[in-house]
Amino acid sequence: MNLNATLIGELIAFAVFVLFCMKFVWPPLMSAIEERQKKIADGLAASERADKDLQIAQDKAKEQLKEAKHQAAEIVEQAKKRAAEIVDSETQRANQEREKIVAAGQAEVEAERNRVKEELRQQVATLAIVGAERILARQIDAAAQSDIVEKLVAEL
Amino acid sequence: MAAGEELTLSSHIQHHLTNAKVCTTEAGVSFNKACSEAGFWTWHIDTLAWSVGLGILFLWLFRSTAKKSTTGVPGKLQCFVEMLVEFVADNVKDTYHGRSRLIAPLALTIFVWVFLMNLMDLVPVDFLPAFAGFVGETAFGMDSHDVYMKIVPTTDINMTAALALGVFILMIGYSIRIKGVLGFVKELTLHPFSTSNLPLQIVLIPFNLLLELIALVAKPFSLALRLFGNLYAGEMIFILIGAIGLMQLPLHFTWAVFHILVIVLQAFVFMMLTIVYLSMASSDNH
Repeated sequence: MNLNATLIGELIAFAVFVLFCMKFVWPPLMSAIEERQKKIADGLAASERADKDLQIAQDKAKEQLKEAKHQAAEIVEQAKKRAAEIVDSETQRANQEREKIVAAGQAEVEAERNRVKEELRQQVATLAIVGAERILARQIDAAAQSDIVEKLVAEL
Repeated sequence: MAAGEELTLSSHIQHHLTNAKVCTTEAGVSFNKACSEAGFWTWHIDTLAWSVGLGILFLWLFRSTAKKSTTGVPGKLQCFVEMLVEFVADNVKDTYHGRSRLIAPLALTIFVWVFLMNLMDLVPVDFLPAFAGFVGETAFGMDSHDVYMKIVPTTDINMTAALALGVFILMIGYSIRIKGVLGFVKELTLHPFSTSNLPLQIVLIPFNLLLELIALVAKPFSLALRLFGNLYAGEMIFILIGAIGLMQLPLHFTWAVFHILVIVLQAFVFMMLTIVYLSMASSDNH
């Protein structure tokens, strides 16, 4: 139980152990722990960032979807309007065409009628003259009564 | 114990509490009883062998873990080692406010080494001494009663004193490094009684020096004697329990369970006090 040289031996052993621990045990363990801590911290930060990014992307997608829907609706609206316009203008054009055709037909009919009337008048006149000639050939000089015939023709 | 020897309780206890000694006398290298006259230059080979062996076990375990340590998912052993390291690092960080690369590894070494040495106390008291006696008798033809084997190094005052002395040397070293020789001397002489009156202060120096020196020297003494006393008493009780026959089984179990607390606590206390003392040594404000 009394102190002896063992003390010196243990003191040396103690010093050697502490130095060994300081040089070869503590630094690698501590650096491993610290590196892992850093890794975990980085991982947490990265996941947080990814969360934020995802949120932003989702918001953006929602925004774009809304815009696209809006645009589609606008396009449909425009198309409808355009279709209505086309129908209107076509209808109008068709009406004009019809009226034109009808007017042309009427004019033609009118012209024909006038021509026929004229021809008829000519023929009636001729006929009347021929008739009168025949009558007068029997009764009177044709020339003396031609003014009457003329009047008759004009009354036609 | 030795067959046929007359075995009294006190000689049994005495046998258990005696270290295996080696020394050089005029007759050459001598062992045990032949060393009773050798004085200081006696070596306790059991204490040395067990403590150094346990220290190497500690360093080997931690070193091999450190070499294989990964920064990814750690294995179970690495987790355990890192837990110990972080436990010690946290305690050091909380208590020691200076910056030193030595304190934390020192605390870890003290904690684990002292714990392992204390742990030997839980090996039933007769196992290894009886085995050593058997080996000594059969292999070397010694009287088995003359073969000593004390397997708990911390029940040897030399062991605890060596640890305390190492810490004491560091305390002095840190004091001088941080405060300078003059600062250290001032600390020892100008407190706790200080005055602005110069002649009176000179008169007070011897008292201050006496008080401060006692306070300083009490630290390593308390370190060494606390660990030694706790473990020595625990070992003594194990030996006494081991001497009472069959009834020892429940008693031994109970005391061993209680002793688990003691061995961890004493290792922890030694470590914490080392950190506290070194923290005090390296802080300027008295």
